[in-house]
Amino acid sequence: MNSSVIVFPGSNCDRDIAVALEKMQFKNKMVWHKETKLPKSDLIILPGGFSYGDYLRSGAIAGKSLIIDEVVKAANNGCLILGICNGFQILTETGLLKGTLLRNKNLKFINKDIQIKVLNNATKFSNKYKKDEVLKINIAHNEGNFFTNDRHLQELKEKDLIAFQYCDENGNVNDNSNPNGSLENIAGIYNSKKNILGMMPHPERMVDRLISNTDGVNLFSSLLN
Amino acid sequence: MKFSIIVTLKKDVLDPQGKVVQNTLSNIGLNLINIRQGKYFEIEVDEKDQTKAEKNVDEMCRKLLVNLIIEDYKINKL
Repeated sequence: MNSSVIVFPGSNCDRDIAVALEKMQFKNKMVWHKETKLPKSDLIILPGGFSYGDYLRSGAIAGKSLIIDEVVKAANNGCLILGICNGFQILTETGLLKGTLLRNKNLKFINKDIQIKVLNNATKFSNKYKKDEVLKINIAHNEGNFFTNDRHLQELKEKDLIAFQYCDENGNVNDNSNPNGSLENIAGIYNSKKNILGMMPHPERMVDRLISNTDGVNLFSSLLN
Repeated sequence: MKFSIIVTLKKDVLDPQGKVVQNTLSNIGLNLINIRQGKYFEIEVDEKDQTKAEKNVDEMCRKLLVNLIIEDYKINKL
């Protein structure tokens, strides 16, 4: 599977995701944001980091960069798109995903391992997970507080577009297991065609037992499936 | 032609920063009922026709400066 990681000034998880992809046998290319053509890609990744220093709003400037027009075109043609952390913020700024990420409710940058629950395991991104499986995964963000309007929230629920919810170790979804104030504990969502996934947690940090765990591996093996 | 733009959070959107500022003002003895934090821009455009200029600035707001999901904006001529 051919993957492309888009690199913006201020991206800092681009190498991590590249290492994870290569470990999982993806044929990966790094693409600088000023490029106007994408290499042949089955999967495009917008990595985590602080593109353009989070100026204006997180992801706002990156969302208008040259390569983004190509990413939008590819997305509309059914290419798989994965936005992690800052990449999720960029996806909402481009309009590829609805909703937005507000400042964390407690106003703090949160960097810790939390639990998320897989709500929908029937997508290209999640078919190797079990439904309601609880993953231990790292979050590291200042603006991860998912917010959207009532109509979109309704659509997310009715069409099974909520990818992950923050939960406790036993899979309970409640205020205590919500690290950043996200609406309905939402940690990741799909677009209506389910070819685009935006998520705040970092699966690329959970692919090696030596440094963490392997709870992120199945996201990549799902894509290869 | 110069314009100012005031960007405010929509009524239903939580404003944790505003809340902290409000608490701090209360803590130092300055009482208030409510405060909401926003953003301010000044834009100069090379356009003599005010209607056209305002249209340009409005487009800038909608396409980049403002996140219409959570923010409202107001354009004023300076």
